[in-house]
Amino acid sequence: MSKKLLAGPYLIWMAGFTIIPLALIVFYGLTDGDGGFTLANILAIATPEHRKALFLALGLSLLSTVICLLLAYPLALILRRRNIGRGSFVVFIFILPMWMNFLLRTLAWQTLLERSGVINGILTALHLPNQSLINTPGAIILGMVYNFLPFMVLPIYNVLCKIDDNTINAAQDLGANFFQTLTRIWFPLSLPGVISGITMVFVPALTTFVISNLLGGSKILLIGNVIEQEFTRGSNWNLGSGLSLVLMFFILISMALIAKYDKNGEGTAF
Amino acid sequence: MKKKWIAFSAAALAGAAALTGCSSSGGADEGAGQVYVYNWGEYIDEAVIDMFEEETGIEVIYDMFETNEEMYPVIEAGGVTYDVVCPSDYMIQKMIENDLLAEINFDNVPNISNIDPEYMERSKSFDPENKYSVPYCWGTVGILYNTSMVAPEDVPTKWADLWDEKFSGEILMQDSVRDAFMVALKSLGYSMNTTNDAELQEARDLLIAQKPLVQAYVIDQVRDKMIGGEAAVGVIYSGEMLYIQEEVENLGLDYDLEYVIPEEGTNVWIDSWVIPANAKNKENAEKWIDFLCRPDIAKMNFEYITYPTPNKGAFDLLDEEVQNNKAVFPDIDSLENSEVFQYLGDEVDALYNNYWKEVKSN
Repeated sequence: MSKKLLAGPYLIWMAGFTIIPLALIVFYGLTDGDGGFTLANILAIATPEHRKALFLALGLSLLSTVICLLLAYPLALILRRRNIGRGSFVVFIFILPMWMNFLLRTLAWQTLLERSGVINGILTALHLPNQSLINTPGAIILGMVYNFLPFMVLPIYNVLCKIDDNTINAAQDLGANFFQTLTRIWFPLSLPGVISGITMVFVPALTTFVISNLLGGSKILLIGNVIEQEFTRGSNWNLGSGLSLVLMFFILISMALIAKYDKNGEGTAF
Repeated sequence: MKKKWIAFSAAALAGAAALTGCSSSGGADEGAGQVYVYNWGEYIDEAVIDMFEEETGIEVIYDMFETNEEMYPVIEAGGVTYDVVCPSDYMIQKMIENDLLAEINFDNVPNISNIDPEYMERSKSFDPENKYSVPYCWGTVGILYNTSMVAPEDVPTKWADLWDEKFSGEILMQDSVRDAFMVALKSLGYSMNTTNDAELQEARDLLIAQKPLVQAYVIDQVRDKMIGGEAAVGVIYSGEMLYIQEEVENLGLDYDLEYVIPEEGTNVWIDSWVIPANAKNKENAEKWIDFLCRPDIAKMNFEYITYPTPNKGAFDLLDEEVQNNKAVFPDIDSLENSEVFQYLGDEVDALYNNYWKEVKSN
């Protein structure tokens, strides 16, 4: 009985902030303006503009996930191989920027990349030609990688830390070189963390609209932007919800992936 | 001082009456005491709120919104009942058409006499009988250009100049449907309130053709990007001009930013106070509106917001230099071809939105 009482606040929390909002999205997504049932809001993903925005978002977020993985794995490996104290200090440095507001950090990139921004200022001082960096797909990918990289590093680092040194020593004693140890011991054992990291980068990157607005100059329309505009400008909550449900489909796929590879919940970020 | 004393005793009497008379309906709490205000962000001098509270004894509960479209569903749903709201022209028309507004009792708003009749007249395009709204701020949309990046012979004079190849990568466009289409429609010589599909398609194609020349689609950032010298030309709301001119001076920039009202005509917008139909404190809302129409208060707000005021009394109190600042207060005859946005119905709105999406995704 008392245990049930203790669970009460969490149940209210879950109902109020997860289940009810989710149900509302499903309700809006499956109805039209007059409240009648329709699949039109979901099928709307097939129109050329929405399809293009979805594929562009998928492309950019996949690319930034791959870049994050390529940057994060060696880093996590290096951190793991250092002695614990120094390793965790570097991790601390790494998550330090996350304590600052996400919007502010993205705005800071705007100031860096602008035509009269910091980077071009340095280039001018060195008598090098100015670069147009902002308002390009590259700037969006940079923004995604910068903002979401810690979410890739931490789960991989956590899983690597749990691998027993003796396993590695055994591999080396049996004559495995560094490359063999990496591909046959380190990587397979760290797969839960890698999958978890991929999801934690891919999902927010797929749904972002702030990064593409601020660093893409709103010239590049991602599916997140479409949804945001339907809610704030278009006053079409039904269409916005319908498209959100389509995105949820991709998120469910990633959750299924986690469930398959990360059975013990090892690949958690914190 | 005396006036204040009278106001205070009147409030006290009213409070007492509420306590004794209407105890059954629990009137004391919701009676004389409060007014729920829903306004744009940074759209009032906060000292004005304190002054209103002090002078009337009415407690102000103040909330803010960022777009008309965000405000509308809040009022429509009625979960929070606001007493007085400040939407733009076309949104007021939509609210009138959907029976969301109450008629204002102008006997309670004697200061309405300070509002220049010109703006009451222009308000008729969205509030045909001047029954529902009291103008608060107005302005135009025009082209801002950087004098050091635009040669004197290239100075833009019309919207069509925003399709000129020489401004490639130097153009900042407005990132909102109606404003962007206004630019294209006006440059084609059509009404910015058109519901003609063929005209809209033409405008859409024009906007798509312009996209490679556009540096970015922005809203509030036009101001800072232009001050920072990021782009040569930008589409901007005239209300930002005083701030921009001051900033150029303060920063000691070696260029100037000049404002042009394009000759094809532009959008004259008006933000007005309205009272929702479900307002609980209608009389307090009228007191609020009346207070804001007082010349000294309107002047305070003008100096804070820097958007042109339709208040003749406040205008007369301003320095001559500001009065003659054509970027802030343009000549009425330069606005001959200009229009006020109208609400075109949900279906046409959806059409605009779809075409805009096609522009953005292209």
